[in-house]
Amino acid sequence: MKALLVGEYREGKLLETTYELIGFAQQLKAEFELFLVASEDQLPQVEAKLYLADVNEAKEYNPALHKQLILEAAEKAGADTIVFIHSSNGWDLAPRVALALSAAQISEVVEIKEDGYLLPACNAKLRRTVKAATGKQVITLQAGAFMPAEQSGAPQVEKLSITATAQTEFLGYEQAEAGEVDLGKAEIIVSAGRGVGKPENVAMIEALAKALGGEYGASRPVVDAGWAPHDRQVGTTGQTVSPKLYVACGISGAIQHLAGMKKSEFVLAINTDKDAPIGEVADVLVVADIKQFAPALTAKLEG
Amino acid sequence: MNILVCIKQVPDMESRFKVAASGTWFEESDLAWRINEYDEFAIEQAVQLKTEVSGADLTVLSIGPARVKEALKKALAMGCDRAVNLVDEAAHEKDSFQIASAIAAFAKEKNFDLIFTGMQSQDRGSGQVGVLVAEMLGIPALTTAVEFAYADNSVTVRRELEGGLRAAIKASTPALVSCQLGLNTPRYPTLPNIMKAKRKEMLEIPVADLLKEEARLTTLSLAYPEKKGSAQILEGDVADLVDQVIGILKEKTAVL
Repeated sequence: MKALLVGEYREGKLLETTYELIGFAQQLKAEFELFLVASEDQLPQVEAKLYLADVNEAKEYNPALHKQLILEAAEKAGADTIVFIHSSNGWDLAPRVALALSAAQISEVVEIKEDGYLLPACNAKLRRTVKAATGKQVITLQAGAFMPAEQSGAPQVEKLSITATAQTEFLGYEQAEAGEVDLGKAEIIVSAGRGVGKPENVAMIEALAKALGGEYGASRPVVDAGWAPHDRQVGTTGQTVSPKLYVACGISGAIQHLAGMKKSEFVLAINTDKDAPIGEVADVLVVADIKQFAPALTAKLEG
Repeated sequence: MNILVCIKQVPDMESRFKVAASGTWFEESDLAWRINEYDEFAIEQAVQLKTEVSGADLTVLSIGPARVKEALKKALAMGCDRAVNLVDEAAHEKDSFQIASAIAAFAKEKNFDLIFTGMQSQDRGSGQVGVLVAEMLGIPALTTAVEFAYADNSVTVRRELEGGLRAAIKASTPALVSCQLGLNTPRYPTLPNIMKAKRKEMLEIPVADLLKEEARLTTLSLAYPEKKGSAQILEGDVADLVDQVIGILKEKTAVL
């Protein structure tokens, strides 16, 4: 196998996920080369060939331009496997590259199996093992699923230039407004999930957080429904937290949520489904309806 | 303006799944089916656009067996003008490439100005179909939209990236937009609209008429995840559970 790893760079910085790609290739014992759209002062520390396109020319993200560059790098590298991170840019680019190479795409790999790759299905309740039926394959890796490689060495750089025409115009980045709470600093977080049932019940979670001396958080569905503000959202698209105690209330445990809180020191989950994926990261899973359990725990703590 | 929205019917994710005898998919009986959550945002955005632009026509499409007509009926009740069911009893055996090929074959030469899809399905979550359809049709794909605006044959989308960051991008139509959760507030169909939807056109096209491609991905097995966590499971009476939890927090954490 010969892999081309498509590293990630954003707002002037090389992203750490780039080392997860290298870690994956090393675990596979695959020969690999890298591709990056970046600036020369932000190169990964790795002993490997690196195809580099200048970020000022290619822009931080432009799918048609990046696709052309990746296809060129893949050809030069003689790669049969192109690897991305399953991120907002990775899942946008990977199918384009797969189609151009008539390759199968394997999305959001969490583990390498003897005969193929393991992927989550049905909200991580199931796992699917798949393999490509084509000579070439495009793979995206779930962020955080593979151990990042050690950072050492310097790449041998070969520069690539744009020849494609853009289909979309990149207008710029916008950072969501900073809210009043920084959950990243909280030592105790009590988060509300869909299991709270209705918007009024978020108050129940807030009360429990207060009784424990912490902040309240929320899962994405709760924020999307407008039951809690965005600055309370824990997960990939919200805040990444690592409190001493994390209480997951009626949160099933979607991958995006787990990625944002799995570094918590102690995780207490309350869920009616004892098979909920939150159990994978919880220290204690209480099988109960949060609508009954939260007020009872709050009353006892306050009593 | 000619608009297409592509939707998938998926099992309710709160279901208890059983692996089917084939070992490669789940047992489909005893499941409650609904519109893929991401696709509800796609339908809503398409309906909103249709009401903004005069003379717009909105088609909703879904691939699958007869049961997907329920999802299509809901989309019609939400405001789509006609539904197309690409009839396929074995849709779950198709890979993303095949599903996209069938949709692209349907959409080709129909001159859709805008195509909406969800950014991924809840059951497979590979996020490939929308982008593949756009690439097959040679039109731009704007993915992971959390904001959408249309004016003068161009679309501006805010893409959701990681950590609260968004990227604003713009493209000319025809284009495809894949919708992230939270893009809008999907409407509930009203009773009069449900009644009206019954009179709307529901086309059936056998998928074999459109799909000539072989699968590129092979599913070897489907299984429950190996239990990696060693969570202590507590069950019983709520009052007892509260006492047990307080005991554990006192013993194992420094927060009480």
